[in-house]
Amino acid sequence: MAMLTVENLNVYYGMIHALKDVSFEVNQGEIVALIGANGAGKTTTLHTVSGMLPAKSGSVKFEGKEIIKTPGHQIVSLGMSHVPEGRRVFAGLSVYENLKMGAYTRKDKKEIADTLEMVYTRFPRLKERTRQLAGTLSGGEQQMLAMGRALMAHPKIILMDEPSMGLSPLFVSEIFKIIEEINKQGVTVLLVEQNAKKALSIANRAYVLETGKIVKEGNARDLLNDESIKKAYLGE
Amino acid sequence: MTFLSYLISGISLGSVYAIIALGYTMVYGIAKMLNFAHGDVIMVGAYISFCTTSYLGLSPLVSVLLAIVVCTVLGIVIERLAYKPLRQAPALAVLITAIGVSYFLQNAALLIWGSSSKTFSSVVGDWSIKLFNDQLTITGVTIVTVLACVVIMVALTLFTTKTKLGTAMRAVSEDKGAAQLMGISVNSTISLTFAIGSGLAAIAGVLLCSAYPMLMPTTGSMPGIKAFTAAVFGGIGSIPGAMIGGILLGIIEIFAKAYISTQLSDAVVFAVLIVVLLVKPDGLLGKRVSEKV
Repeated sequence: MAMLTVENLNVYYGMIHALKDVSFEVNQGEIVALIGANGAGKTTTLHTVSGMLPAKSGSVKFEGKEIIKTPGHQIVSLGMSHVPEGRRVFAGLSVYENLKMGAYTRKDKKEIADTLEMVYTRFPRLKERTRQLAGTLSGGEQQMLAMGRALMAHPKIILMDEPSMGLSPLFVSEIFKIIEEINKQGVTVLLVEQNAKKALSIANRAYVLETGKIVKEGNARDLLNDESIKKAYLGE
Repeated sequence: MTFLSYLISGISLGSVYAIIALGYTMVYGIAKMLNFAHGDVIMVGAYISFCTTSYLGLSPLVSVLLAIVVCTVLGIVIERLAYKPLRQAPALAVLITAIGVSYFLQNAALLIWGSSSKTFSSVVGDWSIKLFNDQLTITGVTIVTVLACVVIMVALTLFTTKTKLGTAMRAVSEDKGAAQLMGISVNSTISLTFAIGSGLAAIAGVLLCSAYPMLMPTTGSMPGIKAFTAAVFGGIGSIPGAMIGGILLGIIEIFAKAYISTQLSDAVVFAVLIVVLLVKPDGLLGKRVSEKV
């Protein structure tokens, strides 16, 4: 059974019909990429799934449970974390405080401490900078913090919005490597990326969004070799 | 010695401003709105304390606790009824609503308690200590006010930096959307902020009227405006800023009254504000916030 099922999602910004009958699904253990040009509706899709934006119609089911009407702040405790576009770490809070906020809905202190240790092991840079204010970190470090913060909730699925945006090529490769590692440890990933080549190279499956509609879907490897995709998104 | 005594009354008055300014600055930090009804909550707090001691004969301490409870609830109710429906509205609409709530509270007080001023009897009692061969007198109200201010400051700082709820509050003030993704309820956090600010306003009202015992429906408005000035002076949104701004404003006001002119003291206070804002537009401890693109 699919872990996340989105059916006929319609979202409006005022008069603008931003998502038109968007349907897709993510199975347990997969990396699924949503690719598309600027303004295609990738971020809107993620925002609607994680309850930050209301939908006009449609359904979002997480582990079989309808969550379209669930208030945004109650989504994370169901097991879904969202790493937002532009990272959005709390600049005036320390690295440690940011990570603590990631575990806001969890109660068990021992488990939180274990997860923190796991996050520090995965991101040694964060451990070195634990007392530093998040706003003073470099872009790549902030991306790591945003991912670490999402992991602190102990999610079953992570939605990642443009994790490579604005990063140096070195960091981009590292971030994608980390996404693969997180996935190997059993976390399902829904990835939104402009860097379609990188995204398709780590994803199992992918959906292509164009002006609010899913226009293509398939195996990531097949899409990498698809002529029209190559032309439109891979710059070949 | 007179200088010292002016300084002490300045710190005492400034402590009251500081406690009020904390309410302004916390609400601004979280809800990004100026709650101009905040000054009138002070007045309500003072009336509650006055009524429970004068009419019900309760002890001062109990009356203060009751005032805190009533104002805390009042703050939450005001936010729910007046401001929450305007969460997505333009800032100007919220501002005008806040001014409306301010008039509503003043006129409700006028209806309930009448326009004649009440003589507030100090909740601290009438004692003082004399120093330097009786040359310097410090009243009990002064001592309690300054102590209350210090305790509140320390407690709030510990709350916002050391507790999970306080850290969540700072997270909401930085980025509501991201805070929501962490599972923090933005609405509850805003309610909590109004509750804390209004509870503090009750304390400020009681202390203010203990020092200056005239209580009228408009008692809260001028201290409210000055405390708002203090919050801007210190850097709106900053808790230590509100504290420093409040105390400096109190000292400036008392010195202006003593050495320049009683009538002009308020003008001096606001002139200082203008100069500070010209030199440092974000206030003394304010952070420059770069516009998000």
